[in-house]
Amino acid sequence: MSKIHVTTTINDDEVEFLCDPRESLLDVLRDRLSLTGAKEGCGTGDCGACTVTVDGRLVCACLMLGAEAEGKSIGTVEGIATDEELHPLQQKFIEYAALQCGICTPGILVAAKNLLERNPDPTETEVRYWLAGNLCRCTGYDKIIRAVMDTAAEMREAS
Amino acid sequence: MQYHTPATFEDAAKIAFDAQGITRFLAGGTDVLVQLRSDLVEPDTLIDVKKIEGTNNITKNADGSWTLGVAVSGAEMSEHPELGNDWPGLVEAMDLIGSTQVQGRATLTGNLCNGSPAADSVPVMFATGATVSVTGPDGTREVAVEDIPAGPGKTNLAKGELVSAIHIPPRGQGGGDAYLRFIPRTEMDIAVVGCGVNLRVDGDTITEARIALGAVAPTVVLVPDAAAAIVGTKLDDAALDALAAAASAACNPIDDKRGTVEFRTHVAGVLAKRAAKIAYDRAKG
Repeated sequence: MSKIHVTTTINDDEVEFLCDPRESLLDVLRDRLSLTGAKEGCGTGDCGACTVTVDGRLVCACLMLGAEAEGKSIGTVEGIATDEELHPLQQKFIEYAALQCGICTPGILVAAKNLLERNPDPTETEVRYWLAGNLCRCTGYDKIIRAVMDTAAEMREAS
Repeated sequence: MQYHTPATFEDAAKIAFDAQGITRFLAGGTDVLVQLRSDLVEPDTLIDVKKIEGTNNITKNADGSWTLGVAVSGAEMSEHPELGNDWPGLVEAMDLIGSTQVQGRATLTGNLCNGSPAADSVPVMFATGATVSVTGPDGTREVAVEDIPAGPGKTNLAKGELVSAIHIPPRGQGGGDAYLRFIPRTEMDIAVVGCGVNLRVDGDTITEARIALGAVAPTVVLVPDAAAAIVGTKLDDAALDALAAAASAACNPIDDKRGTVEFRTHVAGVLAKRAAKIAYDRAKG
């Protein structure tokens, strides 16, 4: 079976890869590009552990083919920190202990960052709805929501 | 599996017509990829329609009607500054489907062509009187949206045919639409019953109505008797009771752990009343 050649942008870097037409974007990120931040929880778009952005919009990387990435701009958790400096969300997640096993964390960070870019002052309800597609079996969500709300407040003060 | 990205719907139709084995069209992929990954349906030919020009456009036409491209996502519908003013029920129904991530990809056309009787956007699409353009080997024709579903997972589209646009009629004066569904959880679940209502008023009197039910028959069903029960009325209690009776009478649901026949039949009437009240209030402005 012949492979498909794809040129795309991932975390602002131009990337080329060859993939099988059956491979999801998640397969490509993890197995071909060694970007293992996005996790496979369910593989059916239910859990959100593979959340990435595609042209600025949240997508489950398991529900998109690698071949569909042609010409798109992909954002993953690996692109959130700048060099050695963590993103404010990442720092707050550590501060609030908003993670335990960590499988859901990359997807939640990508989704929360996308929310704060769209809405710097979300209500708790808006945060909970926005993150409803990101399942966490450890924290009970409360620490995650508080970490996002506090990050939003701090980023508003800083700007 | 062969993956194609045709530049026109005519090319897409030709590829599908000439293909052997199983063919699937790919828009948002929130059903097709789940079926592919779970080995339910492995297409031999997968035709991605998103490279076709205009598939991401939401267009308000000169006569007030709307044309929606087949790859327009639920998020794009919700974010549109005007679509939700004309057709709030349609936008709300689409917005009920899945998470933020699913909303970024899922499409009205996909929801229709996946053929689920429980598809949330389809009852209200029926109620709006929407039509779809169907492109096939012999050209493009316009088809009423209620002529597309054929049964669970099945459509009336022939080999080589695909939906190439969705057309929503002009809203016009005194119109209102609404969609309600029952699910066992509070969010992100599959409808046990869904009801879409679209009506128009002149003063306080309903002059026209279209009502459709989801998840109570092998396909979403238009219920003319339910519409007839409220046309000419001011949606008084007698009209609402007649509406509920007509909606329940149209049910032929499955019986499963998510909802028994009795439950689904009863709830169809309840939701029809509630959705009609919302549409009526919207129509009166």
